[in-house]
Amino acid sequence: MSSQDIPEENLPAEQDHARGAVGVADEVNPFADPGLPPHEHRIQDIDERAAKRSERAVALLFTVSMLATVGFIVSYVAIPHDKSIFVFPIGHLSALNFALGLTLGAALFCIGAGAVHWARTLMSDVEVADERHPIEAAPDVRAKVHADFRQGAAESVLGRRKLIRNTMFGALALVPLSGVMLLRDLGPLPGTSLRHTMWAKGKRLVNTNTNLPLRPEDVAVGSLTFAKPDGLEETSEDFQTEIAKAALMIVRLQPGNIKDKRELDWSHEGIVAFSKICTHVGCPISLYEQQTHHVLCPCHQSTFDLSDGARVIFGPAGHALPQLRIGVDSEGYLQALGDFEEPVGPAFWERG
Amino acid sequence: MSTAANETPRSRGKAPAGERIADWADGRLGIYSLAKSNMRKIFPDHWSFMLGEVCMYSFIIIILTGVYLTLFFHPSMNEVEYHGSYVPLQGQLMSEAFSSTLHISFDVRGGLLMRQIHHWAALIFLAGMFVHMMRVFFTGAFRKPREINWLFGFLLFVLGMFTGFTGYSLPDDLLSGTGVRFMEGAILSVPIVGTYLSFFLFGGQFPGHDFVARFYSIHILLLPGIMLGLMVGHLILVFYHKHTQFAGPGKSNKNVVGMPLLPVYMAKAGGFFFLVFGVIAAIAAVAQINPIWAMGPYRPDQVSTGAQPDWYMGFSEGLIRFMPGWEINFWGHTLVLGVFIPLVIFPLVLVAIAVYPFIESWVTGDKREHHILDRPRNAPTRTGLGVAWMTLYLTLLVGGGNDLWATHFHLSINAVTWFVRIAFFVGPVIAFLVTKRICLGLQRRDRDKVLHGRETGIIKRLPHGEFIEVHEPLSQEQLHTLTAHHQYEPAEIGPTVDENGVERKVPASEKLRVKLSSAYYGEDNQIPKPTVDEYKEITSGHGHH
Repeated sequence: MSSQDIPEENLPAEQDHARGAVGVADEVNPFADPGLPPHEHRIQDIDERAAKRSERAVALLFTVSMLATVGFIVSYVAIPHDKSIFVFPIGHLSALNFALGLTLGAALFCIGAGAVHWARTLMSDVEVADERHPIEAAPDVRAKVHADFRQGAAESVLGRRKLIRNTMFGALALVPLSGVMLLRDLGPLPGTSLRHTMWAKGKRLVNTNTNLPLRPEDVAVGSLTFAKPDGLEETSEDFQTEIAKAALMIVRLQPGNIKDKRELDWSHEGIVAFSKICTHVGCPISLYEQQTHHVLCPCHQSTFDLSDGARVIFGPAGHALPQLRIGVDSEGYLQALGDFEEPVGPAFWERG
Repeated sequence: MSTAANETPRSRGKAPAGERIADWADGRLGIYSLAKSNMRKIFPDHWSFMLGEVCMYSFIIIILTGVYLTLFFHPSMNEVEYHGSYVPLQGQLMSEAFSSTLHISFDVRGGLLMRQIHHWAALIFLAGMFVHMMRVFFTGAFRKPREINWLFGFLLFVLGMFTGFTGYSLPDDLLSGTGVRFMEGAILSVPIVGTYLSFFLFGGQFPGHDFVARFYSIHILLLPGIMLGLMVGHLILVFYHKHTQFAGPGKSNKNVVGMPLLPVYMAKAGGFFFLVFGVIAAIAAVAQINPIWAMGPYRPDQVSTGAQPDWYMGFSEGLIRFMPGWEINFWGHTLVLGVFIPLVIFPLVLVAIAVYPFIESWVTGDKREHHILDRPRNAPTRTGLGVAWMTLYLTLLVGGGNDLWATHFHLSINAVTWFVRIAFFVGPVIAFLVTKRICLGLQRRDRDKVLHGRETGIIKRLPHGEFIEVHEPLSQEQLHTLTAHHQYEPAEIGPTVDENGVERKVPASEKLRVKLSSAYYGEDNQIPKPTVDEYKEITSGHGHH
């Protein structure tokens, strides 16, 4: 592709200087705009063989695109949708997704590459200057528009008939209220629903994973157990909404390690139950550090000390996790001794 | 080469079909007057001008693949038992939204590809808009007459963020559900009305049964409808204002130099759509994104570690993570500052960049149109402010991923969080000062090059033994390019007495404007560009190299 192999007769007599180029440095102002530089011919402009090569390259790209589309259709029909293949270095992939994506990608990319190559090598690359015109209107146009407006406004008598104007503004201001009103039934009013959960006196603590009621001996020191209220099944209509408030986190501490007096009173043999829902923005807390009795919310890293009333020791949460008062019923199962005394989850205006 | 054929007059027979159709359409739509000014419209060439095209094309790709996805997606939160072909989740309870997304991913041939193209294109769309916006900012392309188009672009970016958020929340998987819960917690923190807003958005308590269907109509109709309108408006304005260009020989504020729409830009820009689509399709073929089957259906009492939003929401995540947990309780009410302050800063970070063009034009008091782009170095204060803003944004991105930084680089999560808390305030200031210094240094270098020429790297030994480096004078093209920019004079407070000698009270706004103006264009805040006299004095002999 070097210029050496261009036949002599194809070379232009001289480069194009006809486009307003000044060429010589301005004596008065050396920084003055010298005008557009002369156009330099590309090899395709002067050597038909190079132009033919470009043409073939563009046609090849378009042909590859056609073949890739055929490949897409073949893949769609031939490859089972559950087949997986190993592709180094990515790993195991869905064979169908891989084949469809690559053929579609190639079909599209080659059209683009062909068009761009065509534009760059075979279409004219002569730079042209276009004039700009000011965006703002000429003074006479401006004056005409203003005069038209004044005339229109005067003919509407809006300025003179104040009663019409004021009542119209009133009507237009009120009518959107209907639209606002219609939004009322988007949801019920909060009432006190955020203050209550399903927990009540006598409700057994049921292991969320095994669906079995918990006994004190099921909770070992150092373990973290998740519990839900008895009677809340995954198939319940409002399971998601109820578990979003009632989810419980149970750990067993040595009673001597519990620093907070109320926490000790509300525990059973060192077993304490706290709300699993973070008081920051409501993520379920799930990382427990056995040695320090800290729990960490994986979403925003609020850290609570379970041996000290679950107070916040780091992170963006604003208050301690609510504790559920628990005991043991007559059959030896862990049970709640009431609902949470304060709202669980993120704080809100009415929380107090 | 083939123009000769078209120019032969047709004495007999009818005009070609294309021409007849065009005539027919012109008689009804007046397309010829539109084509007259636009068909051969000139577009200047610069690589950074394609960033906006990346955005436009990825937006089109998102619409195409999105329409396909709606054919299979069920925006319902009804709980169903899964019986599809993904074995690990068979028998699980999940919402119809989740199970239909599994269906698209595993049972619709090409469904996974469309999902992945849709999601990748969304990430690229947002990233493209971010970079495009920075290009426009740092080159001053937002100046008159393009301020409104800047706002259109800004709104597209913000709406794009929320379209993305509502979109990735639709599958109702464990990760996105966690994000929705975060949003609900943030809404709850709004004083007085927060609880009501949350109940109206979710149709009751979180998560309820409504949000997927509601997000669906917001995601596929409301927001994209507004965005489509904004994008069309954005393009019309680009056409109307004509493109900006960098200074150079033959280029002035009164012209636009480049190549015509038909054929060069039709082929280049049209082809570029296929390039973007092709690359995204290839990415979607090999790079998995949002594998909802690995996360499982959403349950409000479950979560995974390392939960991250899509990148464009990361800075809001950073705000919420580094904020201390302030809470004020009074008269039976709670002011949740620890969540509400980030919720307020979130839009402020965005608005800060949106209103910048208006602040700058107030400071300069410049009412002229600007079509020649600034090189960032020639606007040191603006460039410094832009880099400060980006530093703030990136610091918040780091803060949003503080857990990943901690686990990947074996750092203490507390240390990372504290770093972000400090860097949020200190980082932008340092970035501003450093950037401005660098800009001034580059301005000095340009000045030096104009006055003393280019360093050739050739060392010459003079007869008396001194070594000098030979400097080669710049061509007139280069001299013009390096000195074409306009330099403002710092504003001064007008006369404090009027023509009758009565003392005038200088308004505080004028004092502020003068202060800001000197911070932008004062003595140490820009390097005076070389004048013709300086140049002539140095180059007019005296044996100076």
